[in-house]
Amino acid sequence: MTTHDTRPGSSGGADTPGPLYGGPDEDYTPEQLAAMPREDLDRLGARYDGVEILHVDPGPEPGSRMEKRAIRQVGLVFTLAGLFAFAFVVVYIGSGWFFPDWQWEVTDRGWSALFTPLLGLTMGLSLFLVGVGLVLYTKKLLPHETAVQDKHDGSHFDRVTTGATLVGGLHNSGLARRKLITRSLGFMGGGLGLMLLMPLGGLINNPNTGNPLGRTAWAEGVRLVRNDGSPIRPGDQEPGSLETVFPAVPGGNRQSDAATMLIRLRPAQLAEARPREGQDDFGYGDYVAYSKICTHAGCPVSLYEQETSRILCPCHQSQFDVTQGAKPVFGPATRSLPQLPITVDDEGYFVARADYPEAVGPTYWNRERI
Amino acid sequence: MAATATAPGAPTTRLGKQAVEIDDRLIVAGPLRRTLNKVFPDHWSFLLGEIALYSFLIALLSGTYLTFFFDPSLREVVYEGSYAPLRGVEMSAAYDSALNLSFDVRGGLFMRQVHHWAALMFVASIVIHLLRIFFTGAFRRPRETNWLIGVVMLVLALLMGVTGYTLPDDLLSGTGLRIISAIILSIPVIGTWAHWAVFGGEFVGELIIGRFYIAHVLIIPAILLALIAVHLLILVKQKHTQFAGPGRTEHNVVGNRLFPTFAAKATGLLFIVFGVIAGLGGLVQINPVWLWGPYNPAQVSAASQPDWYILFLDGSTRIFPAWDINLPGDYTIPALFWPTVVVAGAMFTVLALYPMIERKLTGDTASHHLLQRPRDVPVRTSLGMMGLTFYLVLMLSGANDVFADKFDVSLNAMIWFGRLGVIVLPPVVYVLTYRICLGLQKHDREVLEHGIETGVIRRLPHGEFIEVHQPLGPVDDHGHGTLAYGGAPVPKKMNQIGGARRAIRGFFSPIEEPSQVELEQRAEGRGLAADESRELTSSGRPSEGGRPSEGGRPQAPQD
Repeated sequence: MTTHDTRPGSSGGADTPGPLYGGPDEDYTPEQLAAMPREDLDRLGARYDGVEILHVDPGPEPGSRMEKRAIRQVGLVFTLAGLFAFAFVVVYIGSGWFFPDWQWEVTDRGWSALFTPLLGLTMGLSLFLVGVGLVLYTKKLLPHETAVQDKHDGSHFDRVTTGATLVGGLHNSGLARRKLITRSLGFMGGGLGLMLLMPLGGLINNPNTGNPLGRTAWAEGVRLVRNDGSPIRPGDQEPGSLETVFPAVPGGNRQSDAATMLIRLRPAQLAEARPREGQDDFGYGDYVAYSKICTHAGCPVSLYEQETSRILCPCHQSQFDVTQGAKPVFGPATRSLPQLPITVDDEGYFVARADYPEAVGPTYWNRERI
Repeated sequence: MAATATAPGAPTTRLGKQAVEIDDRLIVAGPLRRTLNKVFPDHWSFLLGEIALYSFLIALLSGTYLTFFFDPSLREVVYEGSYAPLRGVEMSAAYDSALNLSFDVRGGLFMRQVHHWAALMFVASIVIHLLRIFFTGAFRRPRETNWLIGVVMLVLALLMGVTGYTLPDDLLSGTGLRIISAIILSIPVIGTWAHWAVFGGEFVGELIIGRFYIAHVLIIPAILLALIAVHLLILVKQKHTQFAGPGRTEHNVVGNRLFPTFAAKATGLLFIVFGVIAGLGGLVQINPVWLWGPYNPAQVSAASQPDWYILFLDGSTRIFPAWDINLPGDYTIPALFWPTVVVAGAMFTVLALYPMIERKLTGDTASHHLLQRPRDVPVRTSLGMMGLTFYLVLMLSGANDVFADKFDVSLNAMIWFGRLGVIVLPPVVYVLTYRICLGLQKHDREVLEHGIETGVIRRLPHGEFIEVHQPLGPVDDHGHGTLAYGGAPVPKKMNQIGGARRAIRGFFSPIEEPSQVELEQRAEGRGLAADESRELTSSGRPSEGGRPSEGGRPQAPQD
């Protein structure tokens, strides 16, 4: 270290430490340290950090067969890791160049079906072998040392002195005496906190305006159509079958609450059918229509076992009996699937007579009130 | 002190000079030495948390890659990509970009699968890490803070998973989102308001994927990163716990220094975790979204299961009875509320508070740095096993339709198994675990008192047969060991105390000198007859075949 700047205040390397400097440099001169072998220096530093090396199991003797074998092993593992890494690169850039195209075709059983697995295999093996190599290196070639480090509990001296500094600062600020400042600070903190929270109000919308949860796109005279938009006549379905229908409105087949199951009951089912109270006329002939949205968690109930008249929701296994007004007969659902009142219009196609009489889908706090 | 070439200790190599240059500016030599000298205890179970850290790292890296291609939007588009079966199908831009990522980005599918596997591995290693901490009592004072941070990180990891697997907007993830919507709706009083705040309106709206996306890629990972930093800083500050053993006390750490042993091993583990996840990502298909199709509220497939870490909530929902609570004024608490919000809330609250609960119940407020063996704390171990059983029954119930299908049992029977099992099995497991813990404790003491079974049967002059036992330490007048149990594993096989000599190394031919090994072993006092001079047979084995001889053995128990 040299300096060519001779102005005062720029003392270059000729600076002398203050009287409070301290530290290990005062205990060990450079000459002393220079005279110590590297191992001793290592141990000296470790001791300084509260670490003592208890025992060192040296690695294999240099030049021994043990060492040679370990070196061969580690070298082989690292080489393989490199090979697989290059294999990854070749597979990655080679596909579509000197290998067949990587892009997947529905019918493909060849290269492109192998592309992703090959990437995984090569990268996986490469990285795994790097790890294995490092572990082997540590286990077989590095000396095994056992070190012990002291653990210090909290120091009383530190606590007392830090406490004095903190309390002193607080005392000097006079906050304990200057009540106006503490009170205005509290007021300010509360106000600022509220102010910064306010923008979250943008997330709040009123869910009760217009009863969005209680209404669907179904209304009087809205036709029941299939997913492709075709209307349905009585007689299109076999007895015992189920079809998913949607309201004939734009986007009706994408609405989350409108999907409805149109079920044609078998004569035997019809004979034992017991609709819900006040809903005897909701069906049309041997047809009944129920909401497809489970009253438990809103999944579409889809699995209809017509021998037992049961509809099963595949999400949580609630089961509904279509002959008993789609009452839940097993599982976690508590409410019947809402029934859609249906009839046929002048042209002989199924239409709804009204919207569902109750909210479809999962139960919520104030469902009964709106 | 102007440095000259002759100054003692001044570096002469180029590298050394550069190191001095750096230290002149940053003064890092001291802190660096302290770091390199830091001692870490060595046990395989201390690596579980590291696996979580590395999995998170991979999830971050692969996730960043995915964001280059993913479009978190519910805008309707028509698929025109290279996956023929879905061409011309209307879908959201999110699903469309997930398909493009899988089929039209070179290596995109690989990265997607790596990301998913890393996420699964992340939660799995957190859970196993947590179990290790729990069963060994590592959460006790002074580490309650880190336990609490860990539990919060577990919850965040679950949220990370939920927001992540919702993003592709395929049929499966949409079904999951539908259930999330129903769960939010089920919260008493504020349910509909909360739903409107999260979804911006009725299910599904147009905002939710964008909101989940920013939570998934920015908000939650940022909090997680900050918590990981605090978790590790506290760990370094408090120093790692260690199992009891020779020389290990409450006031020291015995193990390897950071450099080079621990660093090399940790880096090795990092690469092994990377490698395993990369291998899984390429070789084991996960969440093939193109098979599920775009989300449609009117469609669902059977066996719709969430990722494994949410399975327990799906299970609790399936087995919970149909109990709506109707309050006066036509208000309802939906049945769905209890098995989801309440069960999850209660489980994580109890988990988070467990250190405080145990401290209160046992009155143990001392600082602990030595780990406990699970058998030595039978109540905690049994409680843990009880909780684990509860969790596993819920998890099993989450897949009860798959079990019913594959093993051809009634689905309703599976549900009743879950309903009863979740109540009956945990107490049964508690009792069993308690008995096993006590049994293991007793056996430890028995071995300390009577010694290790050697397998050597002796016939006494009057015809009685006894097995010779090897005491572990000094014995009293009755031949009973005087060693006390110290919380460390008690050796129970002769090999564990050097009863047999180690094999000579070498696969095809020995790479060590057999006589050299023999000398070395003798010096270490290994081998039962190390104190005697033994003849070596031509095969390098001692003439008596290494079996314990009678000379120098303890005599038969005298009592």
